[in-house]
Amino acid sequence: MSDHDDHGSELSATQLRVRALETILTEKGYVDPAVLDLIVEHFETKTGPHIGARVIARAWVDSGFKAALLVDAAKAIAALGIPVGDHLIAVENTPGRHNMVVCTLCSCYPWDVLGLPPVWYKSAPYRSRAVMDPRGVLADFGVTLPASTEIRVWDSTAETRFIVLPPRPAGTEGWSEERLASLVTRDCMIGTGLPRRPGAISP
Amino acid sequence: MNGVHDMGGMHGFGKVEPETNEPTFHAPWEGRVLAMHHAMRFARAWNIDMSRDAQERLPAQVYLSASYYERWALGIALNALERGLIAADEMAAGQSLRPGKRLELVLTKSDIRQTFKRGSFGRPPSERARFKPGDRVRTKNINPPSHTRLPRYARGREGVVEAVRGCHVFPDSVMTGVGENPQWLYTVVFDGRELWGADADPTLTVSIDAFEPYLEPA
Repeated sequence: MSDHDDHGSELSATQLRVRALETILTEKGYVDPAVLDLIVEHFETKTGPHIGARVIARAWVDSGFKAALLVDAAKAIAALGIPVGDHLIAVENTPGRHNMVVCTLCSCYPWDVLGLPPVWYKSAPYRSRAVMDPRGVLADFGVTLPASTEIRVWDSTAETRFIVLPPRPAGTEGWSEERLASLVTRDCMIGTGLPRRPGAISP
Repeated sequence: MNGVHDMGGMHGFGKVEPETNEPTFHAPWEGRVLAMHHAMRFARAWNIDMSRDAQERLPAQVYLSASYYERWALGIALNALERGLIAADEMAAGQSLRPGKRLELVLTKSDIRQTFKRGSFGRPPSERARFKPGDRVRTKNINPPSHTRLPRYARGREGVVEAVRGCHVFPDSVMTGVGENPQWLYTVVFDGRELWGADADPTLTVSIDAFEPYLEPA
Protein backbone atom coordinates (compact mmCIF):
# COMPACT_ATOMS: atom_id res chain seq x y z
CA MET A 1 0.00 0.00 0.00
CA SER A 2 1.63 3.23 -1.09
CA ASP A 3 -0.18 5.07 1.73
CA HIS A 4 1.86 3.23 4.27
CA ASP A 5 5.30 2.81 2.74
CA ASP A 6 8.17 4.30 4.63
CA HIS A 7 8.39 7.60 2.78
CA GLY A 8 10.70 8.89 5.52
CA SER A 9 9.96 12.62 5.43
CA GLU A 10 6.22 12.37 4.63
CA LEU A 11 5.64 9.89 7.38
CA SER A 12 7.58 11.89 9.93
CA ALA A 13 5.63 15.03 9.00
CA THR A 14 2.44 13.16 9.76
CA GLN A 15 3.87 11.71 12.96
CA LEU A 16 4.93 15.17 14.07
CA ARG A 17 1.51 16.63 13.32
CA VAL A 18 -0.27 13.87 15.21
CA ARG A 19 2.11 14.21 18.15
CA ALA A 20 1.59 17.99 18.20
CA LEU A 21 -2.18 17.51 18.08
CA GLU A 22 -2.19 15.03 20.96
CA THR A 23 0.15 17.22 23.04
CA ILE A 24 -1.99 20.32 22.55
CA LEU A 25 -5.33 18.58 23.11
CA THR A 26 -3.88 17.00 26.27
CA GLU A 27 -2.35 20.20 27.65
CA LYS A 28 -5.65 21.99 27.14
CA GLY A 29 -7.48 19.30 29.05
CA TYR A 30 -9.59 18.09 26.11
CA VAL A 31 -8.24 14.53 26.07
CA ASP A 32 -6.50 12.20 28.52
CA PRO A 33 -3.70 10.10 26.95
CA ALA A 34 -4.46 7.18 29.29
CA VAL A 35 -8.03 7.15 27.96
CA LEU A 36 -6.73 7.30 24.39
CA ASP A 37 -4.62 4.20 25.20
CA LEU A 38 -7.80 2.35 26.20
CA ILE A 39 -9.58 3.36 23.00
CA VAL A 40 -6.71 2.03 20.89
CA GLU A 41 -6.66 -1.17 22.92
CA HIS A 42 -10.41 -1.61 22.37
CA PHE A 43 -10.03 -1.42 18.60
CA GLU A 44 -7.00 -3.71 18.60
CA THR A 45 -8.39 -6.42 20.85
CA LYS A 46 -12.19 -6.28 21.08
CA THR A 47 -13.67 -5.38 17.71
CA GLY A 48 -13.40 -7.27 14.46
CA PRO A 49 -15.18 -9.43 11.90
CA HIS A 50 -15.37 -12.33 14.38
CA ILE A 51 -18.47 -10.57 15.74
CA GLY A 52 -20.21 -10.55 12.37
CA ALA A 53 -19.09 -14.14 11.73
CA ARG A 54 -20.89 -15.23 14.90
CA VAL A 55 -24.06 -13.49 13.69
CA ILE A 56 -23.93 -15.10 10.24
CA ALA A 57 -23.30 -18.57 11.68
CA ARG A 58 -26.32 -18.13 13.94
CA ALA A 59 -28.45 -17.17 10.95
CA TRP A 60 -27.28 -20.33 9.17
CA VAL A 61 -28.50 -22.62 11.96
CA ASP A 62 -31.54 -20.72 13.24
CA SER A 63 -34.18 -19.79 10.66
CA GLY A 64 -36.12 -17.72 13.21
CA PHE A 65 -33.04 -15.65 13.94
CA LYS A 66 -32.33 -15.30 10.23
CA ALA A 67 -35.83 -13.96 9.61
CA ALA A 68 -35.48 -11.49 12.49
CA LEU A 69 -32.03 -10.44 11.23
CA LEU A 70 -33.42 -9.61 7.80
CA VAL A 71 -36.27 -7.59 9.31
CA ASP A 72 -34.17 -5.56 11.78
CA ALA A 73 -30.52 -6.55 12.09
CA ALA A 74 -29.76 -4.13 14.92
CA LYS A 75 -32.58 -5.53 17.04
CA ALA A 76 -31.88 -9.18 16.24
CA ILE A 77 -28.16 -8.87 17.02
CA ALA A 78 -28.78 -6.90 20.21
CA ALA A 79 -30.98 -9.81 21.33
CA LEU A 80 -27.87 -12.05 21.16
CA GLY A 81 -26.27 -9.77 23.75
CA ILE A 82 -23.96 -8.16 21.17
CA PRO A 83 -23.99 -4.35 21.50
CA VAL A 84 -24.81 -2.73 18.17
CA GLY A 85 -26.00 0.74 17.22
CA ASP A 86 -29.15 1.57 15.30
CA HIS A 87 -29.81 1.41 11.57
CA LEU A 88 -27.98 -1.85 10.78
CA ILE A 89 -29.44 -3.70 7.79
CA ALA A 90 -28.67 -7.29 6.74
CA VAL A 91 -28.97 -8.14 3.04
CA GLU A 92 -29.15 -11.73 1.84
CA ASN A 93 -27.23 -13.29 -1.01
CA THR A 94 -29.25 -15.89 -2.91
CA PRO A 95 -28.33 -18.14 -5.84
CA GLY A 96 -29.59 -15.45 -8.23
CA ARG A 97 -28.42 -12.34 -6.44
CA HIS A 98 -25.20 -11.03 -4.92
CA ASN A 99 -24.90 -7.95 -2.69
CA MET A 100 -21.88 -5.69 -2.27
CA VAL A 101 -21.47 -2.80 0.17
CA VAL A 102 -19.50 0.41 -0.41
CA CYS A 103 -19.36 4.03 0.74
CA THR A 104 -18.43 6.18 -2.25
CA LEU A 105 -18.49 9.47 -0.30
CA CYS A 106 -16.31 8.54 2.69
CA SER A 107 -15.79 5.11 4.20
CA CYS A 108 -18.94 4.25 6.17
CA TYR A 109 -18.69 0.68 7.42
CA PRO A 110 -20.51 -1.46 10.01
CA TRP A 111 -17.83 -1.13 12.72
CA ASP A 112 -20.06 -2.77 15.34
CA VAL A 113 -20.05 -6.10 13.55
CA LEU A 114 -16.92 -5.98 11.34
CA GLY A 115 -14.46 -3.82 13.30
CA LEU A 116 -12.46 -1.14 11.50
CA PRO A 117 -12.51 -1.22 7.71
CA PRO A 118 -9.50 -2.56 5.78
CA VAL A 119 -7.39 -0.11 3.77
CA TRP A 120 -8.80 -1.30 0.44
CA TYR A 121 -12.38 -0.53 1.53
CA LYS A 122 -11.35 3.09 2.22
CA SER A 123 -9.29 3.39 -0.96
CA ALA A 124 -10.12 5.36 -4.11
CA PRO A 125 -10.06 2.26 -6.37
CA TYR A 126 -12.82 0.54 -4.37
CA ARG A 127 -14.89 3.65 -3.72
CA SER A 128 -14.80 4.68 -7.38
CA ARG A 129 -15.35 1.31 -9.04
CA ALA A 130 -17.76 -0.66 -6.84
CA VAL A 131 -20.88 1.19 -8.04
CA MET A 132 -19.96 1.04 -11.73
CA ASP A 133 -17.95 -2.13 -12.20
CA PRO A 134 -18.61 -4.54 -9.33
CA ARG A 135 -17.62 -7.56 -11.42
CA GLY A 136 -14.25 -5.95 -12.11
CA VAL A 137 -13.82 -5.33 -8.39
CA LEU A 138 -14.75 -8.95 -7.66
CA ALA A 139 -12.11 -10.05 -10.18
CA ASP A 140 -9.52 -8.13 -8.14
CA PHE A 141 -10.53 -10.39 -5.26
CA GLY A 142 -10.35 -13.50 -7.44
CA VAL A 143 -14.13 -13.95 -7.39
CA THR A 144 -16.17 -14.70 -10.51
CA LEU A 145 -19.95 -14.90 -10.40
CA PRO A 146 -22.22 -16.44 -13.07
CA ALA A 147 -23.04 -13.89 -15.78
CA SER A 148 -26.72 -14.23 -14.94
CA THR A 149 -26.33 -13.35 -11.24
CA GLU A 150 -27.88 -10.01 -10.40
CA ILE A 151 -25.55 -7.70 -8.51
CA ARG A 152 -26.88 -5.12 -6.08
CA VAL A 153 -24.43 -2.54 -4.79
CA TRP A 154 -25.43 -0.71 -1.60
CA ASP A 155 -23.87 2.74 -1.36
CA SER A 156 -23.80 3.76 2.33
CA THR A 157 -24.79 7.39 1.81
CA ALA A 158 -26.60 7.87 5.16
CA GLU A 159 -26.23 6.53 8.71
CA THR A 160 -27.65 3.17 7.70
CA ARG A 161 -25.04 0.38 7.67
CA PHE A 162 -25.11 -2.91 5.80
CA ILE A 163 -23.89 -6.46 6.38
CA VAL A 164 -24.17 -9.18 3.74
CA LEU A 165 -25.64 -12.55 4.74
CA PRO A 166 -24.06 -15.12 2.39
CA PRO A 167 -25.60 -18.56 1.84
CA ARG A 168 -24.47 -21.42 4.06
CA PRO A 169 -21.85 -23.46 2.20
CA ALA A 170 -22.89 -26.93 1.07
CA GLY A 171 -21.31 -29.84 2.89
CA THR A 172 -21.64 -28.30 6.34
CA GLU A 173 -24.61 -30.34 7.54
CA GLY A 174 -24.44 -30.95 11.28
CA TRP A 175 -21.66 -28.41 11.87
CA SER A 176 -21.62 -26.46 15.11
CA GLU A 177 -22.16 -22.70 15.04
CA GLU A 178 -18.58 -22.15 16.10
CA ARG A 179 -17.22 -24.25 13.26
CA LEU A 180 -19.54 -22.56 10.77
CA ALA A 181 -18.32 -19.14 11.98
CA SER A 182 -14.80 -20.11 10.94
CA LEU A 183 -16.02 -20.19 7.31
CA VAL A 184 -17.33 -16.62 7.47
CA THR A 185 -14.75 -14.13 6.18
CA ARG A 186 -14.83 -10.36 6.55
CA ASP A 187 -14.97 -9.98 2.78
CA CYS A 188 -18.00 -12.24 2.39
CA MET A 189 -19.88 -9.96 4.80
CA ILE A 190 -18.94 -6.93 2.63
CA GLY A 191 -19.77 -8.79 -0.58
CA THR A 192 -16.28 -8.81 -2.11
CA GLY A 193 -15.77 -12.46 -1.21
CA LEU A 194 -17.54 -15.76 -0.64
CA PRO A 195 -17.47 -17.91 2.52
CA ARG A 196 -14.61 -20.40 2.82
CA ARG A 197 -15.41 -23.86 1.53
CA PRO A 198 -15.70 -26.60 4.17
CA GLY A 199 -12.50 -28.29 2.91
CA ALA A 200 -10.55 -25.05 3.37
CA ILE A 201 -10.37 -25.32 7.16
CA SER A 202 -8.83 -28.03 9.27
CA PRO A 203 -11.43 -30.21 11.01
CA MET B 1 -19.94 19.92 -2.48
CA ASN B 2 -18.60 18.53 -5.75
CA GLY B 3 -15.32 17.36 -4.25
CA VAL B 4 -12.87 14.59 -5.03
CA HIS B 5 -14.28 12.68 -2.05
CA ASP B 6 -17.33 11.93 -4.22
CA MET B 7 -15.64 9.07 -6.06
CA GLY B 8 -18.43 6.85 -7.38
CA GLY B 9 -17.90 6.12 -11.09
CA MET B 10 -14.51 7.79 -11.48
CA HIS B 11 -11.85 6.13 -13.60
CA GLY B 12 -8.12 6.00 -13.18
CA PHE B 13 -7.56 4.89 -9.59
CA GLY B 14 -6.39 1.41 -10.53
CA LYS B 15 -7.04 -1.99 -9.05
CA VAL B 16 -8.33 -2.80 -5.60
CA GLU B 17 -5.42 -4.29 -3.67
CA PRO B 18 -6.46 -6.36 -0.66
CA GLU B 19 -3.71 -6.88 1.93
CA THR B 20 -3.34 -10.29 3.53
CA ASN B 21 -3.35 -10.37 7.34
CA GLU B 22 -3.84 -6.63 7.52
CA PRO B 23 -3.09 -5.21 10.99
CA THR B 24 -5.66 -3.01 12.76
CA PHE B 25 -3.26 -0.07 12.52
CA HIS B 26 -0.22 0.23 10.24
CA ALA B 27 1.59 2.57 12.64
CA PRO B 28 0.92 3.65 16.25
CA TRP B 29 0.01 7.21 15.22
CA GLU B 30 -3.04 5.87 13.33
CA GLY B 31 -4.49 4.53 16.59
CA ARG B 32 -3.84 7.87 18.32
CA VAL B 33 -5.76 9.69 15.58
CA LEU B 34 -8.73 7.34 15.86
CA ALA B 35 -8.70 7.69 19.66
CA MET B 36 -8.52 11.51 19.52
CA HIS B 37 -11.44 11.49 17.11
CA HIS B 38 -13.50 9.43 19.59
CA ALA B 39 -12.56 11.60 22.55
CA MET B 40 -13.34 14.89 20.78
CA ARG B 41 -16.64 13.56 19.46
CA PHE B 42 -17.57 12.46 22.99
CA ALA B 43 -16.75 15.99 24.17
CA ARG B 44 -19.31 17.29 21.62
CA ALA B 45 -16.54 19.41 20.13
CA TRP B 46 -18.08 18.60 16.73
CA ASN B 47 -20.34 15.94 15.25
CA ILE B 48 -20.06 13.24 12.58
CA ASP B 49 -21.23 15.53 9.77
CA MET B 50 -18.71 18.21 10.74
CA SER B 51 -16.02 15.54 10.79
CA ARG B 52 -16.85 14.43 7.22
CA ASP B 53 -17.30 18.01 6.04
CA ALA B 54 -13.84 19.06 7.29
CA GLN B 55 -12.19 16.25 5.34
CA GLU B 56 -14.18 17.09 2.21
CA ARG B 57 -12.95 20.69 2.43
CA LEU B 58 -9.30 19.65 2.35
CA PRO B 59 -7.62 20.77 -0.90
CA ALA B 60 -8.27 18.12 -3.57
CA GLN B 61 -4.59 17.23 -3.98
CA VAL B 62 -4.25 16.82 -0.21
CA TYR B 63 -7.35 14.65 0.02
CA LEU B 64 -6.12 12.38 -2.76
CA SER B 65 -2.55 12.01 -1.54
CA ALA B 66 -3.32 11.54 2.16
CA SER B 67 -4.04 8.14 3.69
CA TYR B 68 -7.30 7.59 5.57
CA TYR B 69 -5.86 8.39 9.02
CA GLU B 70 -3.84 11.31 7.65
CA ARG B 71 -7.12 12.78 6.42
CA TRP B 72 -8.66 12.22 9.83
CA ALA B 73 -5.74 13.96 11.54
CA LEU B 74 -6.09 16.91 9.16
CA GLY B 75 -9.85 16.97 9.73
CA ILE B 76 -9.46 16.95 13.54
CA ALA B 77 -6.94 19.80 13.37
CA LEU B 78 -9.20 21.81 11.02
CA ASN B 79 -12.27 21.38 13.24
CA ALA B 80 -10.29 22.23 16.39
CA LEU B 81 -8.80 25.32 14.71
CA GLU B 82 -12.12 26.56 13.32
CA ARG B 83 -13.77 26.25 16.73
CA GLY B 84 -10.96 28.10 18.45
CA LEU B 85 -10.09 25.03 20.53
CA ILE B 86 -6.49 25.25 19.33
CA ALA B 87 -4.59 27.88 17.35
CA ALA B 88 -2.28 27.73 14.34
CA ASP B 89 0.71 29.00 16.32
CA GLU B 90 0.20 26.13 18.76
CA MET B 91 0.22 23.56 15.98
CA ALA B 92 3.44 25.15 14.70
CA ALA B 93 4.95 25.13 18.19
CA GLY B 94 3.80 21.60 18.91
CA GLN B 95 2.45 22.65 22.30
CA SER B 96 -0.33 24.60 23.96
CA LEU B 97 0.43 28.31 24.36
CA ARG B 98 -2.72 29.37 26.24
CA PRO B 99 -5.45 27.83 28.38
CA GLY B 100 -8.08 25.68 26.69
CA LYS B 101 -11.76 26.41 26.28
CA ARG B 102 -14.31 24.61 28.41
CA LEU B 103 -15.76 21.56 26.71
CA GLU B 104 -19.20 20.17 27.44
CA LEU B 105 -17.74 16.81 28.49
CA VAL B 106 -14.31 15.29 28.78
CA LEU B 107 -13.98 11.58 28.20
CA THR B 108 -12.82 9.63 31.25
CA LYS B 109 -12.08 5.95 31.76
CA SER B 110 -15.45 5.44 33.42
CA ASP B 111 -17.51 6.48 30.39
CA ILE B 112 -15.30 4.97 27.76
CA ARG B 113 -17.89 2.32 26.86
CA GLN B 114 -20.26 5.04 25.68
CA THR B 115 -17.82 6.16 23.01
CA PHE B 116 -18.00 2.75 21.38
CA LYS B 117 -21.78 2.86 21.08
CA ARG B 118 -22.79 4.22 17.74
CA GLY B 119 -25.05 7.24 17.94
CA SER B 120 -28.67 7.05 16.89
CA PHE B 121 -29.71 9.32 14.05
CA GLY B 122 -33.44 8.55 14.00
CA ARG B 123 -35.70 11.44 15.03
CA PRO B 124 -39.49 11.82 15.42
CA PRO B 125 -41.01 12.96 12.11
CA SER B 126 -42.94 16.20 11.90
CA GLU B 127 -44.73 15.14 8.72
CA ARG B 128 -45.76 11.92 7.02
CA ALA B 129 -43.41 10.30 4.56
CA ARG B 130 -44.04 11.59 1.04
CA PHE B 131 -43.04 8.33 -0.67
CA LYS B 132 -43.70 4.63 -0.13
CA PRO B 133 -42.01 1.46 -1.37
CA GLY B 134 -42.62 0.96 -5.09
CA ASP B 135 -42.89 4.67 -5.88
CA ARG B 136 -40.90 5.88 -8.88
CA VAL B 137 -38.79 8.89 -7.98
CA ARG B 138 -36.19 11.10 -9.60
CA THR B 139 -33.26 12.51 -7.67
CA LYS B 140 -32.87 16.25 -7.99
CA ASN B 141 -29.99 17.78 -9.88
CA ILE B 142 -28.42 19.70 -7.03
CA ASN B 143 -24.86 21.01 -6.76
CA PRO B 144 -24.62 22.66 -3.35
CA PRO B 145 -21.21 24.12 -2.49
CA SER B 146 -21.76 22.75 1.04
CA HIS B 147 -21.90 19.21 2.42
CA THR B 148 -24.40 16.80 0.88
CA ARG B 149 -24.91 13.04 0.90
CA LEU B 150 -26.35 12.80 -2.60
CA PRO B 151 -23.45 11.53 -4.74
CA ARG B 152 -22.93 13.12 -8.17
CA TYR B 153 -23.43 9.87 -10.08
CA ALA B 154 -26.97 9.57 -8.66
CA ARG B 155 -28.23 13.10 -9.36
CA GLY B 156 -31.05 13.63 -11.86
CA ARG B 157 -31.63 9.85 -12.09
CA GLU B 158 -34.84 7.86 -11.98
CA GLY B 159 -35.19 5.02 -9.51
CA VAL B 160 -37.60 3.13 -7.31
CA VAL B 161 -38.16 3.50 -3.57
CA GLU B 162 -37.41 0.10 -2.06
CA ALA B 163 -37.69 0.87 1.65
CA VAL B 164 -38.47 3.66 4.07
CA ARG B 165 -35.68 3.78 6.68
CA GLY B 166 -37.25 6.19 9.14
CA CYS B 167 -36.77 9.88 9.78
CA HIS B 168 -33.11 10.89 10.29
CA VAL B 169 -30.91 13.87 11.03
CA PHE B 170 -30.33 15.66 7.69
CA PRO B 171 -26.57 16.20 7.21
CA ASP B 172 -27.00 18.92 4.57
CA SER B 173 -28.93 21.05 7.08
CA VAL B 174 -26.49 20.38 9.91
CA MET B 175 -23.72 21.88 7.80
CA THR B 176 -25.66 24.93 6.64
CA GLY B 177 -26.48 25.87 10.23
CA VAL B 178 -30.17 24.93 10.05
CA GLY B 179 -29.67 22.18 12.63
CA GLU B 180 -30.83 18.57 12.53
CA ASN B 181 -33.93 19.32 10.43
CA PRO B 182 -34.92 15.60 10.39
CA GLN B 183 -36.03 14.15 7.05
CA TRP B 184 -37.44 10.83 5.85
CA LEU B 185 -34.79 8.51 4.51
CA TYR B 186 -35.39 6.04 1.67
CA THR B 187 -33.44 3.27 0.00
CA VAL B 188 -33.74 4.17 -3.71
CA VAL B 189 -32.67 1.63 -6.33
CA PHE B 190 -31.36 2.54 -9.77
CA ASP B 191 -30.85 0.31 -12.76
CA GLY B 192 -27.16 0.24 -13.75
CA ARG B 193 -28.06 1.52 -17.23
CA GLU B 194 -29.87 4.53 -15.77
CA LEU B 195 -26.65 5.51 -14.02
CA TRP B 196 -23.99 4.46 -16.52
CA GLY B 197 -25.71 4.25 -19.88
CA ALA B 198 -26.50 1.50 -22.36
CA ASP B 199 -23.14 -0.25 -21.99
CA ALA B 200 -23.57 -0.82 -18.26
CA ASP B 201 -23.64 -4.30 -16.77
CA PRO B 202 -27.30 -5.35 -17.33
CA THR B 203 -27.31 -7.33 -14.09
CA LEU B 204 -26.35 -4.30 -11.98
CA THR B 205 -28.57 -2.30 -9.66
CA VAL B 206 -27.23 0.31 -7.25
CA SER B 207 -29.00 1.76 -4.25
CA ILE B 208 -28.35 4.87 -2.24
CA ASP B 209 -30.05 5.92 0.97
CA ALA B 210 -31.60 9.24 -0.01
CA PHE B 211 -33.15 11.93 2.17
CA GLU B 212 -36.59 13.14 1.08
CA PRO B 213 -35.41 16.62 -0.03
CA TYR B 214 -33.23 14.88 -2.65
CA LEU B 215 -36.28 13.32 -4.32
CA GLU B 216 -39.24 14.27 -6.46
CA PRO B 217 -41.94 12.04 -8.00
CA ALA B 218 -40.87 10.61 -11.39
